[in-house]
Amino acid sequence: MMPQTISQKIIARAAGRASVAVGEIVTCAVDLAMMHDSGGPRRVESKLRELGVGIWDPSKVVLVSDHYTPAIDVDSAGILSLARKFAVLHQINNFYDGEGICHVILPERGHMKPGLFAVGGDSHSPSGGAYGAFMVGIGATEMAGVLATGEIWVRVPATIRVEWNGSLGRGLAAKDILLKLCATLGMNNDYKVIEYVGSTVAAMSMNERLTMSNMSAELGAKTGIIAPDATTFADLAAKGVALEDWRRELAGDSDAHYEAVHRFDATSLAPQVAAPHTPANSHSVVDTDKRKLDQAYLGACTGAKENDLRMAAEILKGRKVAKGTRLLIAPASTQTTAKLAADGTLAILLGAGAQMLPTGCGACAGYGAGVLADGEVGIASTARNFKGRMGSSKADVYLASPYTVAASAVKGEIADPREFLE
Amino acid sequence: MNLVRIWKFGDQIDTDVLAPGRYMKGTIDELAAHCLEAVRAEFAAQVKPGDLVVGGVGFGIGSSREQAAQALKHLGVGAVIATGAARIFYRNAINLGLPVLVSADAAKLADGAMVQLDLASGSVNDADGNLLAQCEPLPDFLLEVVRDGGLIPNLKKRLAANRTAT
Repeated sequence: MMPQTISQKIIARAAGRASVAVGEIVTCAVDLAMMHDSGGPRRVESKLRELGVGIWDPSKVVLVSDHYTPAIDVDSAGILSLARKFAVLHQINNFYDGEGICHVILPERGHMKPGLFAVGGDSHSPSGGAYGAFMVGIGATEMAGVLATGEIWVRVPATIRVEWNGSLGRGLAAKDILLKLCATLGMNNDYKVIEYVGSTVAAMSMNERLTMSNMSAELGAKTGIIAPDATTFADLAAKGVALEDWRRELAGDSDAHYEAVHRFDATSLAPQVAAPHTPANSHSVVDTDKRKLDQAYLGACTGAKENDLRMAAEILKGRKVAKGTRLLIAPASTQTTAKLAADGTLAILLGAGAQMLPTGCGACAGYGAGVLADGEVGIASTARNFKGRMGSSKADVYLASPYTVAASAVKGEIADPREFLE
Repeated sequence: MNLVRIWKFGDQIDTDVLAPGRYMKGTIDELAAHCLEAVRAEFAAQVKPGDLVVGGVGFGIGSSREQAAQALKHLGVGAVIATGAARIFYRNAINLGLPVLVSADAAKLADGAMVQLDLASGSVNDADGNLLAQCEPLPDFLLEVVRDGGLIPNLKKRLAANRTAT
């Protein structure tokens, strides 16, 4: 049999095959389908009705309201109300209503595990790859097809192996790695899988791995996968997720074919900042113009998980946000908020002058509180800085790690977090 | 065959430009009126049914929001031809019956040119039938989805056929 990457093995299993070859089109059975309030019920319900069918297996569906929550006006309230009614009608028990962002909720509530063939109605669905799942983003019509049939066609992708070795320096994070990759590999790795390996990745927490897989979307990849290891198993055990043996043993063959292999040295990486208007416009913070900032934003699935906000707190402890700059934080889940409140992290952030926003996707995609005005300049721990995404199309958004966002909030201009950590 | 106009855009036309987040709550009418306005203000008002949108690499990168493709479809765009297309956008568009064709020749197509597209073969010709660009043709099963008007009509047909068969 032809040697297989971990992604090929997961696809083959879902397609009921012993192996699959890169480039062939196969139909896969879906193990898990995740959708949210924006691309979910309000977009799929009429299509299901048109097809005259229900959901193939509600136990395999997870619905998360995160884009329009909490409602800021009657329109968003209506969208959320529709999601609630849909959950009842279709008996979706895995419904999380305003409890967090879908990509954070899935692992937090024990829905992710190695070997799943999963689809998500959101472009950051590659996040699931952090757990050794093959998880891809799809649109609403495609989701309606999955809900109706439990199946989806997929062209077996080639895999690009991205290897990071060595320890990240103080004040650096997975976010810096992904911004560096956006600048190096570009954002058009369409139809490819990125597989992350190396000692840097092996040393990462699950939350940091989630950031890696999450921003694989910015590389244009189908998904970004990390083979499960002891860290994965410990995380799942703590959540009470039972694993069959085959899921524990899941790995690519040692002689599997990679379309390309890229090697990077983490020890020499400097904090990265993406200048407007694309993540691919990333450079070392040292070489970035030190623009004055109106706003610093710690939010989204990419940049407001428990570890992200702890990074910010390392910088903000005993310091204040600069006058003339506002720091907004929107924790990625209510559990995150509760944990950070219990251990004092939240008190550090608020003590520094941060304004707390509701949990949800918020300003990252221009949906919720915290968008920018014409001519304003912001820095964010989010994933994208496309023109007009975070409010005005005449605003400038920079992207960086939580460390760099926090340091920049203190200085009132784009700043190198390493100055604050000596 | 009807002649249609080419609207040419650059690389990395993203979903926030195609379907700006701040209009996502509203109707597709409202959203489509702002499609591509950040890069070309007159597009939504002037595009005619059947016109072709041509892009460079990374057409449709970004969000999974289907409205990015739906807005183009709503404005009557006949097809998107690009050097490269982001995978979710590609699938979304075809699922809505809007063909996306990948072509190494996309850059050769000139803005404002009047052309004819043969979907099955993937060829773009001028009024005299001279080949201007060759696109990779869609696989047969996707061509069928496009011809059926999208995934839902296509599935409806297939589900009905299954019912008859059993």
